[in-house]
Amino acid sequence: MKQLLILSGKGGTGKTTVSSAFIELSKCQAFADCDVDAPNLHFVVTQMPESEKTDYYGFQKAVIDESKCIKCGLCEKTCRFDAIKDNMVGLYECEGCSVCAEICPVQAITMTDHASGSMMLYQNKDTVFSTAQLNMGSGAPGKLVAEVKKRLTNAATTAKMAIIDGSPGIGCPVIASISGVDMVLIVAEPTISGIHDMKRIIDTAKHFGVSCAVCINKFDVNEDNTKEIERYCNNLKIPVIGRIPFDKTVIGAVNKCQSIACYPDSPAGKAITLIWDNLYYNYLKGGGGNAGTN
Amino acid sequence: MKIAVLSGKGGTGKTFISTNLACIADKATYVDCDVEEPNGHLFLKPEITKRIPISVLVPHVDESRCTACRKCVDFCKYNVLALAGDKLMIFYEICHSCGGCTLFCPQKALTEKEREVGVIEEGVSENVAVLTGLLNTGEVSGVPIIKHLMEKMPKHETVVIDCPPGSACVVMESIREADFCILVAEPTSFGVHNLTMIYELVTLFNIPFGVVINKVLPGENPAQKFCAEHKINILTQIPFDEELGRLNSKGHIVVDESKKYRKLFQELLKTVEGEVAK
Repeated sequence: MKQLLILSGKGGTGKTTVSSAFIELSKCQAFADCDVDAPNLHFVVTQMPESEKTDYYGFQKAVIDESKCIKCGLCEKTCRFDAIKDNMVGLYECEGCSVCAEICPVQAITMTDHASGSMMLYQNKDTVFSTAQLNMGSGAPGKLVAEVKKRLTNAATTAKMAIIDGSPGIGCPVIASISGVDMVLIVAEPTISGIHDMKRIIDTAKHFGVSCAVCINKFDVNEDNTKEIERYCNNLKIPVIGRIPFDKTVIGAVNKCQSIACYPDSPAGKAITLIWDNLYYNYLKGGGGNAGTN
Repeated sequence: MKIAVLSGKGGTGKTFISTNLACIADKATYVDCDVEEPNGHLFLKPEITKRIPISVLVPHVDESRCTACRKCVDFCKYNVLALAGDKLMIFYEICHSCGGCTLFCPQKALTEKEREVGVIEEGVSENVAVLTGLLNTGEVSGVPIIKHLMEKMPKHETVVIDCPPGSACVVMESIREADFCILVAEPTSFGVHNLTMIYELVTLFNIPFGVVINKVLPGENPAQKFCAEHKINILTQIPFDEELGRLNSKGHIVVDESKKYRKLFQELLKTVEGEVAK
């Protein structure tokens, strides 16, 4: 199965708009939302039956048995995460390293499973959609992202291609989502923040040796910046596969929980269709892997 | 007074609001905690006065002492250590720096050494002191940098904390010290879903807060409806304005360019000060 991942570095540049349109246009049979912190793809994917929901267990948490605790304070002193105060473990601070459990002289501390999110799997006859929601304040988003992808590939055994909506940033969840994908499409925005963040996500994709391509959303907001993005990518031999104009139809579509692909005659709908065709026929279909030589 | 600006979804206008809020104050410190993609410096353009490398502790093995006993490999919950034959491999990038492997090594073959993961830049931009956290690309966690940023914040001044998007551990670290949180939301159904997450987060931490709805268009406003239903204070609503988009795309500070927005941000700061004094 070929995997296409949509990233952006900066948030709000249009990852979900682009992913949901690609899913619609390609009649994709396997897709996932890896933005476990703020997932939104499920709003636009409305034709699937109810999901199967499973708790996600991240790292374990330490629990102190008060009846055994001799209040020696050794755990509090040794904990690097300042998670223990007055012989109580802070659920949001504990990272589950188990140093306290190991060092406790009276074995008063045990490591226990802790649900830190939920995973949803939507399935019908020929389509699989995997997504998840991390509980607020929880750590280990990368581990959950890896799990979302694993559930997708396990369930969608016959699909030829998967489209994965990623998360903003360049850290843990992004790195986990990059692992194993064939190509990253970066949705860039022609603002100075958009350019700055695009450069950092390109660096990150390169660091992990994945080929990438770029499309520019709302390109007409600042055409000088759009040209700057194209220049930068040309220099790095990263293909810029299309421009999407600013189009209020997108906002309307989002509020109706529809993909912009449902508006094929709108300016943004037309542009995204062209981008998908370009991406599919030139980079994904057949051998592929010839994008953005890293 | 420490004001944290956060949003569930990215691209709602956190940096727009925090930089302008810092500029409108007589004297303020702007702290960029979005260490994966910090953008405030692009608008404030501070003169950098100091660059402080930020390191974390990771294990280092003395191979002459290691007996390949596996104690560290079995102990580590993050799979940082592995044995290839009797050679210990260490995957530094995923280490949480708990110190357990070093502490429990029976042969004392492990010691900890520092490994740089990013940098904090200190700078000045007119009346605003700027602290920017910057995570190196390819690094997994910005939490150590955010913890250092929190320690560097001045105690008794107006501080504006620009948070990372989302509601995970990095956001929690960023709002820990805040006296007040500004939740920035877009008036779309995506916006409301992500607002719900951070609303629960600030409620849980019991930090006073209010909402700013950004990019408001005439017509439906699901975010406003959500706030009314939950009796949440809307501090201000900022219209969708193509002029704002243009200024923002060029990296301009809006309160320096527009009287209308200067007034809007003056009033926002006053409202927040009033809320904090309550």
